[in-house]
Amino acid sequence: DQALHIVPETFQQVQHLQHLCSTLLLDLWKPLLPEDIWAGEDLHIRVPAPLVQEVKDSLDQHMISYKVLIPDVQELVDQSMPRERSSHRQVPEGYVYTQYHPMEEIYQWMTQIQKSNSELVTQHYLGKTIENRTMYYLQISQPSDKTKKIIWMDCGIHAREWISPAFCQWFVKEILQNYKSDPKISRFLQNLDLYVLPVLNIDGYIYSWEKDRLWRKNRSPHMNGTCYGTDLNRNFNSSWGSIGVSYNCSSEIFCGSGPESEPETRAVAQFIERKKSDILCYLTIHSYGQYILTPYGSTTKPPSNSEELMHVAEKAAAALMGKYGTSYEVGSTSLILYSNSGSSRDWAHMIGIPFSYTFELRDKGTHGFVLPPDQIQPTCEETM
Amino acid sequence: DIDDVGHKYHLELVLEDVLDKDRTVNCTAEVLYHLSNKSIAPDVQFTIEGELKNTDEADNIFYNRIKSLEKELVAENIPDSHGNVSPEMEPIHLLAWVASGYVIWQNSTENTKFQLAQIKHVKQVKRSDEYLQFDYVILLHEMVSQEIIPWQMTVLWHPQHGVQVTQDSRQPKHA
Repeated sequence: DQALHIVPETFQQVQHLQHLCSTLLLDLWKPLLPEDIWAGEDLHIRVPAPLVQEVKDSLDQHMISYKVLIPDVQELVDQSMPRERSSHRQVPEGYVYTQYHPMEEIYQWMTQIQKSNSELVTQHYLGKTIENRTMYYLQISQPSDKTKKIIWMDCGIHAREWISPAFCQWFVKEILQNYKSDPKISRFLQNLDLYVLPVLNIDGYIYSWEKDRLWRKNRSPHMNGTCYGTDLNRNFNSSWGSIGVSYNCSSEIFCGSGPESEPETRAVAQFIERKKSDILCYLTIHSYGQYILTPYGSTTKPPSNSEELMHVAEKAAAALMGKYGTSYEVGSTSLILYSNSGSSRDWAHMIGIPFSYTFELRDKGTHGFVLPPDQIQPTCEETM
Repeated sequence: DIDDVGHKYHLELVLEDVLDKDRTVNCTAEVLYHLSNKSIAPDVQFTIEGELKNTDEADNIFYNRIKSLEKELVAENIPDSHGNVSPEMEPIHLLAWVASGYVIWQNSTENTKFQLAQIKHVKQVKRSDEYLQFDYVILLHEMVSQEIIPWQMTVLWHPQHGVQVTQDSRQPKHA
């Protein structure tokens, strides 16, 4: 947005300016009303960014001279307000959880979170991405002499699903802010450890910020660099390559050259395999659609503990709905969504993790992947 | 199942006003998907119980605003990466939504689920008649294949005559 300074010289110019202001609904700063525009008097108007060019063209065409008073109104607004976060102070209290953050900021956030909550949080190395970036998970664990069962949650396996990493960050913040005061959370942490991977597909996430907002897969090169990306959620070793996939790199659901062909998949799979006897629940967060999905995607045959899985998921959906009335559908992927193989959720259940769920967060398609930031808070609150 | 014809679905649905969430209207519809070897759009019959809101005032304000533009409107990426749509672009966004509904209908089968993901580009084309014309390139998200499909469409609109998609074509995805 820009603010312009104009001094109309003739009555005709005044008329044109009045016309411009009323038809485009421009924001008059001085005077306040179009009828108070006079020849020879200062006129200050704020022009919204998409209209700047057409307004200037119109002024040029009518030979009305103008000066740019403020070249970037937003910048001025930001400068005049106390900064929520500066590059020097990365305290979690200053981190804005109701905004989407690029990967660099999420890395900084993880470091800060551990520093400010070192009695509870430790950051651990998980592996490297295909573009050689480091994958970290956060372990939230209350010191105790008993071994605790583990709940694992990963976010951002698909790059364009921005609400997913936003939720992981929110989740961590909520737990850390409330574990002393909220009896439910403190009881939780007495008996369970939480492992959170805020962004699984780091390269893809960065690519969706810098190059293509709707990118889904990772960034592994194929065919001599003429085609990129494997769908990480088709790359796990669960009936890999059998259904709901493509063997063609140019497809969004390309399953890769083989099960666990991707370093990101291997990093997660190796870790979970090692810890599987202690993992009670595997959660993977996606968007959009508003579903709580149970195994399997590769077959309609129900898993062995199907009843219990459904019961827990239904209670979760009911609790979620209780917050803002948002409805989530519950069921097995192959029955309520579509068939797919090689998903992380199916794989986790197949290796013996009893509770394995995919959450598809808001919304149902109105905004789809491009969920506006004002929905971050309600989405995260209800999912919590 | 209707032998040799296709599959018919009877639907009871509730329509919600995007601009006024408390406002709902009941609707019944019948959708006939033709046998998959024919690429014809599904047949749709519907009845709306009650009335849709009158939008004359907002329609006329938007119509007059665009009509009086000196230079043709041009815009990109609506919503932007963060999901924001500026107030000035909201009617352009809603128009695309409606028009994309037509394109989606014409290209739907029992195995597709399309949503409008984003307007990549929109350009107004001035006309000598009373209609407003916008040339859009939109991105459609198809749920089953997870593909993002660029689609070009020419949209005509007039407050009293409504929306028309006069021309549309699927675009190749650039690598």
